[in-house]
Amino acid sequence: MKFLCVECDQQMAFAERQLPGDGTLAATFKCPKCGRVVAMLTNPMETQLVSSLGVEIGGRTVPAERFEIVSAMVKTTGPAWSADAEERLSRVPTFVRGMVKKIYGDYAKERGITEITPAVMDTARAELGLEGM
Amino acid sequence: MRTYHQLTDPDRSGLADQIEAQRRRVAGQLAGVKRIVAVMSGKGGVGKSFVTAHLARSLARRGGGAGKEGGEGGEGRAVGVLDADLNGPTIPALLQARAAAAPPAIGLDGVKCVSMGHFLAEGTPLEFHGPSAESFVWRGAMEASALRELLGDVAWGDLDILLLDLPPGIQRYLELCDILGAPPAVLTVTIPTPESRDAVRRAMRAALERGSELLGIIENMVGGELRGSAGDELAAEFGVPLVARIPWHPAREVWDTLALPLTPAPRTPHPAP
Repeated sequence: MKFLCVECDQQMAFAERQLPGDGTLAATFKCPKCGRVVAMLTNPMETQLVSSLGVEIGGRTVPAERFEIVSAMVKTTGPAWSADAEERLSRVPTFVRGMVKKIYGDYAKERGITEITPAVMDTARAELGLEGM
Repeated sequence: MRTYHQLTDPDRSGLADQIEAQRRRVAGQLAGVKRIVAVMSGKGGVGKSFVTAHLARSLARRGGGAGKEGGEGGEGRAVGVLDADLNGPTIPALLQARAAAAPPAIGLDGVKCVSMGHFLAEGTPLEFHGPSAESFVWRGAMEASALRELLGDVAWGDLDILLLDLPPGIQRYLELCDILGAPPAVLTVTIPTPESRDAVRRAMRAALERGSELLGIIENMVGGELRGSAGDELAAEFGVPLVARIPWHPAREVWDTLALPLTPAPRTPHPAP
């Protein structure tokens, strides 16, 4: 996607990206000649389509993490997680977080545990040999 | 007014470069994979996953590959399976492979596998976060990206063969062609019926048109109520071998004696990462 300042016949340059948090995206482009700025505003569906491709408007400053989309975008359900357990899970690297969450979830389900707490995580870690998770 | 291609300044978003980086990542992770074979069928319910899992185990038990021990003619071939059926993953159950913190998981006979089933809670469908209205617009792209990650964010290591277990139809096959950068070789599964023959024919034509090497056909569920000769007819029509007729409840020997044409010319190499 490119933007043209018709008056100047100049390709506009990407300037800024904003994610308001409501599923929309705002990206601004500036004409290098006259300084005019335009904003591209996408609705949630359009924003999601771009996200679905695993690319970022404005470019990436760091490479994508492993399993970025699977970890962040796939809905997982299972036993409830206490706030402490969620916090601990958040310290697990993103690229294995989804898998680790599933392992703890399976462990809890097999034992009829309805809420995963740090204590449950400790027990599971010891039983399953998951040191470091 | 100038058109898109007449604007030659680099796009700072570098979307094309980002896509290219994704492809290089996949190529890098598959650099040690000698052969990629898609197990596909245009028809659902013909036993693709069943065939894939048992084929993978059979290959893993046989010698003659680079070997899990690393030597020519070693303990068995190093085999991996990508469960590309994101919405109905069954490979983890068939290979008895529990989720591993660092994929791939290891299943029966040492077969490596990766599956969406390792990310989903049991019994739950694949759903994505995002706007629910008109989700058909983005869901296909999201599934393709998830598939790319299952393929390219995994340390496959050195494999003699990676089997891709595809869902019915050709959509996933087409996505894999794009992700891999080259069409994978294809092994087709059918059941004997004419209905299956007609559906599988479409898939084989699509694979042929896309440039895939057709390795052969496996006719599954033979000898029961299902009548027809789809395997023979498709083999004759496409000039490929009918690799096997698999009966209901096949014994282990059925898999271990399959003469599989899996070692012809190596696949087209990926561009260097």
